[in-house]
Amino acid sequence: MSITLGSTTGDDLTQWADVTRDNASLRRFLHGLPGVDQVGAEARAAALGTRSIKTTAKAWAIDAAISMVDLTTLEGSDTSGKVRSMCVRAMYPDPTDAAVPPVAAVCVYPDLVATAVAALRGSSVQIASVATAFPSGRAALATKLVDVGEAVSAGATEIDMVIDRGAFLAGRYLDVYDEIVAVKAASGTAHLKVILETGELVTLDAVRRASWLSLLAGGDFIKTSTGKITPAATPPFALVMLQAVRDFAARTGQLRGVKLAGGVRTSKDAIRYLVMVNEIAGERWLTPDLFRFGASALLNDLLLQRHKLTTGAYDGADYIALD
Amino acid sequence: MPTFEYAPAPESRDTARLKPSYGIFVDGKFVDGHGAAVKTINPASEEPLAEIAEASAEDVDIAVKAARRAYDRTWSRMPGAERAKYLFRIARAIQERGRELAVLESLDNGKPIKESRDVDIPLAAAHFFYYAGWADKLSYAGFGPDPQPIGVAGQVIPWNFPLLMAAWKIAPALATGNTVVLKPAETTPLTAITLADIIADCDLPPGVVNILPGGPSVGQAIVDHPGVDKIAFTGSTGVGKMIQKSVATSGKRVSLELGGKAANIIYDDAPIDQAVEGIVNGIFFNQGHVCCAGSRLLVQESVYDDVIAALHDRLATLRLGDPLDKNTDIGAINSAAQLARIQELAASGDAEGATRWSPECPLPNKGFWFPPTIFTGVSQANRIAREEIFGPVLSVLSFRTPQEAVDKANNTPYGLSAGVWTEKGSLILWTANRLRAGVVWANTFNRFDPASPFGGYKESGFGREGGRHGLESYLAY
Amino acid sequence: MPTKPTKPTKPTKPTKPTKPAIPAKPAIPAKQPAKKPATKPSAAGSSASGDRVAVRKTYKLYIGGAFPRSESGRSYPVTDRSGAILAHAAQASRKDLRDAVVAARKAFDAWSGATAYNRGQVLYRIAEMLEGRRDQFVAEIQAAEGGTEDAARQQVDAAVDRWVWYAGWADKYAQVVGGSNPVAGPYFNFSLPEPSGVIGVIAPQQSSLLGFVSVVAPALTTGNTVVVIASQDRPLPAVSLSEALATSDLPGGVLNLLTGSVAELAPWLASHRDVNAIDLTGVEPAARIALAQSAADTVKRVFAPLGFDSDAEPGTARLSAFIETKTVWHPIGV
Repeated sequence: MSITLGSTTGDDLTQWADVTRDNASLRRFLHGLPGVDQVGAEARAAALGTRSIKTTAKAWAIDAAISMVDLTTLEGSDTSGKVRSMCVRAMYPDPTDAAVPPVAAVCVYPDLVATAVAALRGSSVQIASVATAFPSGRAALATKLVDVGEAVSAGATEIDMVIDRGAFLAGRYLDVYDEIVAVKAASGTAHLKVILETGELVTLDAVRRASWLSLLAGGDFIKTSTGKITPAATPPFALVMLQAVRDFAARTGQLRGVKLAGGVRTSKDAIRYLVMVNEIAGERWLTPDLFRFGASALLNDLLLQRHKLTTGAYDGADYIALD
Repeated sequence: MPTFEYAPAPESRDTARLKPSYGIFVDGKFVDGHGAAVKTINPASEEPLAEIAEASAEDVDIAVKAARRAYDRTWSRMPGAERAKYLFRIARAIQERGRELAVLESLDNGKPIKESRDVDIPLAAAHFFYYAGWADKLSYAGFGPDPQPIGVAGQVIPWNFPLLMAAWKIAPALATGNTVVLKPAETTPLTAITLADIIADCDLPPGVVNILPGGPSVGQAIVDHPGVDKIAFTGSTGVGKMIQKSVATSGKRVSLELGGKAANIIYDDAPIDQAVEGIVNGIFFNQGHVCCAGSRLLVQESVYDDVIAALHDRLATLRLGDPLDKNTDIGAINSAAQLARIQELAASGDAEGATRWSPECPLPNKGFWFPPTIFTGVSQANRIAREEIFGPVLSVLSFRTPQEAVDKANNTPYGLSAGVWTEKGSLILWTANRLRAGVVWANTFNRFDPASPFGGYKESGFGREGGRHGLESYLAY
Repeated sequence: MPTKPTKPTKPTKPTKPTKPAIPAKPAIPAKQPAKKPATKPSAAGSSASGDRVAVRKTYKLYIGGAFPRSESGRSYPVTDRSGAILAHAAQASRKDLRDAVVAARKAFDAWSGATAYNRGQVLYRIAEMLEGRRDQFVAEIQAAEGGTEDAARQQVDAAVDRWVWYAGWADKYAQVVGGSNPVAGPYFNFSLPEPSGVIGVIAPQQSSLLGFVSVVAPALTTGNTVVVIASQDRPLPAVSLSEALATSDLPGGVLNLLTGSVAELAPWLASHRDVNAIDLTGVEPAARIALAQSAADTVKRVFAPLGFDSDAEPGTARLSAFIETKTVWHPIGV
C-alpha cells in the first residue's frame, strides 16, 4: 500500500462512503472501534514518562521540539506589535545562537494573519490561523466558512479549526463530519488541523471516536485543544490520538499528524511526548510535518534547557529573550 | 540508525554500596556461615559481585534455637502494638534506603532498574507497612477473639523477586508474633542480607529474624529441623512436593506457593491496545520470571490477526540490555541454568511444530540473555503449553467461545493466576467464576498489593499471602 | 502581643507579691503579673534559672491548613487547675465554624479519594511528628490537667500509640466491614464502606490529648474530613497537635480545629446542613438532646456514646460510626 503524506481531497477514502452515508452508519462505525480502558491507557502513558532521555538524546529532542513548536498568541489583547515581535522570535528563537532552528509555525487569529505574513516573508516558518468561531465553535456554518476564507486570503498556510463539540456530544456525528469536509474545501491548499477540545470530550473513548471522525473527514492533523480550558493536552489524550493516526495509516496508507496544545509547558513535558510519538506512532512521525506543539511558554523552557546542555550550568530567565 | 536514539541512562552502581563479602545473620549478629564460600555474580555480565560465606546445617540449628528463644522470651509475649512499631520502622527504613536496595537487586538478579525501583522495593516497604497495622488488631481479623502465633517459621524463598519475597514472608510472620529463619535463593542473597542490616538498625530483638544464605541443603535443613513449627515455601512445584512429603511425617504447618502456567484470555470485545499491554506485561515483566506470568495467550479467533499484529509491533519497541540502564525493559536471565532450561523448552516448541517469532533484538555478548519470544500455532498438547518455562516466551492459542476459553484455561495442573480481557462486565464475572485460579486479573495483569491475597489452586500450591487472608497461615485459632 | 509591663499600682490583685522592692525574694522575676506555675507550656526551653526571655506561643485556630485568629477577634484565658493563666486561646465564632466546614468540604474529595495506603502513610507520618513533640505535650498536659509528669508521659505515649493504631486501620477496615454477599441469583454482590463526609466533633472535656486523638483519628482514617471543637478549658494540646498536622503531609482542610465556647459553637455544628455526622462525646449529657434534635433536621448521623473512657481499648465502633455502606450488584453471564 503506498504511503502518502496528508490527505487528498477525499477521493482515496471512497472505501469509507458506506460508513458516512448516514448518521446511524457513522455512529455504528465509531462506536464499533475497540474501547479504551482508562486505567490501562493511563498506566501506559505514565510508563512512557519514565524513559530517561539524557545527553545526546536530550540535545536532539530539544532541537526537534523547538522545530515542532507552533508559537502561539491567541488573546483578545493581541496587536500587530505583539505579533511582529513574536514572529521575529519564531525565526530566531535565540539571538545568541544561530544554530537554534526556527519554529515550525506561528499561530494567530485571522485578522492578524496579514501582519504575520509580512513579518515572516522569506522564512520557512508557516502561518497557522485559528478559524471557525474559535474557540467555542458556536456559530452558523456559513459564518465559520467566511472566517476560514478570510484567513486563507490573508495568506494563512495552515488552518486550525474547532469541531462542533455540542453536535458531537449530542451524537450528531455526521454534522461534525460534514463541517470538517466543508472547512477542508474552504482551506484550499492550506493544511487543516482539527481541534477536538479533549477537555470537553472528557473520555478516552470519545477522543478515539472524534479522532477517527476527523481523520475520515480529511483533517491533516488532529489537535488536542484550543488551549483555553483545562485539561488540554495530557499524556492519555496524546496516547489515544497517536494510536489513532497510527491505526489510520495502517488502514488507509495515509499519514496524518497530531498537534498537542495547552498544558505543554516544560522541556520535560515535550521530551516525554516525543518519546510517546516514537514508541506509539513510530519514528516516521518525528517531524514537524506530522507532529507539533502549540505553545508559548514552552519555547522559553526549551531554550533554558538548551543553554544548560551547552554551558553545563542551570540557566535563568534573564538570558532568554521575551516576545 | 533510529531517528530518536535514547542515549545510555545508567543508574549509578555505587548507590548499591556493594561490600566485598557478606555473612549470615543469626541471633542479631552478622557472622560467617560454616558452609561454602560462594561468589554471587551479576547475570548481565557474569562478573562476580561479592563473596558469601553460606550457612551450614549447624548454622541452621543455631538459628532455629535463637528463633525459639526469641519467640519464647520476647516476641510472642510482646504486645501487638509494640511489634507493630518495629514493623513500621522496618517499612520506613526500606523506603529510606530504597534506591540502594533497587540498584543492589538489579545487580544481583538481572532485572531492569525500572522494575526494582518502581515495583519491587516500594511493594516490599508496603508489605511491612500493611502487616505492621495488623499486629495489634488480630482479634478483628476473623480468626476468633484471641488467635495465637505458631512458633518458629522456616521460610525458603526464590530468586525472582528476592527482597519482595522476603517481605512477603517476614512481615506477616512477625506481625502475628512468630519468629523467622529465612533462606534466600542461592543466586540472589544480597538484598536479603541488606534487609538483615536494616532489621538490625531497627533494633529488632535478636533472634526474631534470622537470614541464612545457602543452597538446597540449607533449605532442607530448615524444613527438617524439629524446632521449626511452620514452613512457608515459594519456589518450584517439584521442590514444593518434596517439602509437602516431608512435613506429612512431621506434622508441621505448611504453605506453598509454586509454579503456574496462566492463561491470558482476550475476548473479541477487549480494549485491544490495553490488552496488548497486558499481554506484554504479563509475560515479559521481570523477563517472564514470574510464577503468575501470563504465559499462555488465549485469543478469540475473530480478533486473532489484529492482536498478533499489534503484539509484533509492540514487541519491536521493547529494549533489552543493561539492567542498570533506566530505559531497559528486559533484563538478564538470572542464571546459566535457567537460560538453559528456557532454551530447551523453546527448542521443543520448534520441534513440535509451533512457529517462533522474536523482534530484532541484539543480545550482549556477556551475560545470560533471551529475547522476547512468541510461539503461534501452539496446541494444549505441546510442552510449551503445559510446562512452566519461567522466561520471556509466550505461547499463543485460540478459542471460539467463552466456554472453550475457560476449558482451555483450566486444562492444566496449575492454577495460580489468569487474565480476562473484555469490555463486558458480566462476561468478566462469568469467566472469573469459572477459572480455577487463585488470582484473576480482569483488564489488567500482574497487579500486586499487600492488601490483596495471592496464592494458587491445585499444583500451584495452597495458602494465601497478602490481605487479611495472609494472616491465617501464621496463626493458630 | 506585648505583655503588660508592671504598673506601679495594681489594686485588683491584693494577693500579688509585687510590693515594690522586697529585697528578701531575689529569685522571683517579681514585676510580672502572677502567671507562672513551675512549667509554662508555651515556654519551651524557658529556664527556671535563667535570664533568658522565652518566646511564648500564640494559640490560634487551625482552618484550611492555616492558623488564623478568630474573625471575631475574641480570645479567652486558658488557665491551669489552680486558676493561673497559661495562655489566651482564640475564641471561635460561628463564622469561623462556617469557614471550617467550607474548608473541610473542599478537602473531602482529595482525602477520601486518596488510596487507603496513602492515608495510612500520612497518618503514620503524623505519629512521627507527634513523637518528636513528646516533651512539649507532656508539659502542656501537666499544666492543663495537673498530675505527675509520669502520668502525663503515659498519656502522651498512649496518644501516639493510639494514633498509630488508627493509622494501621486505614487499609484494613474495608476488609473487616466489607465483603461479597452470597445472594441467591447470578449476581456478583459486594458491600464496601465509604466515608460519610464532613464530621463535626466535640472533643472530650477532660482528656486533653488522648481524648482528642481518640475522637479525631478514627474519622480521619476512614477518609472523612473533620471540624473539631477542642476541650473548652483544656484546648492547648489540641492546638499543638494541629501544629504537628501542619508539618506533616496532611492536606489543609482535612482537619480543622476550633477553640472556644462549646455551648456557643456546638449548636451551629449540629444544625449545619453541610455537615454529615456529628460526634457528641465532649458534650455533657443534658446538653446533648437539643443538639441531637437539631441534627435530625438533616438526618445527620449522631454518635453519642454513653460514657467515654480514653484508656479503654477503642474497638471499632468509632470506625463504623462515620462510614456509609454501598452495595453493588452486577450480573454474571456471557
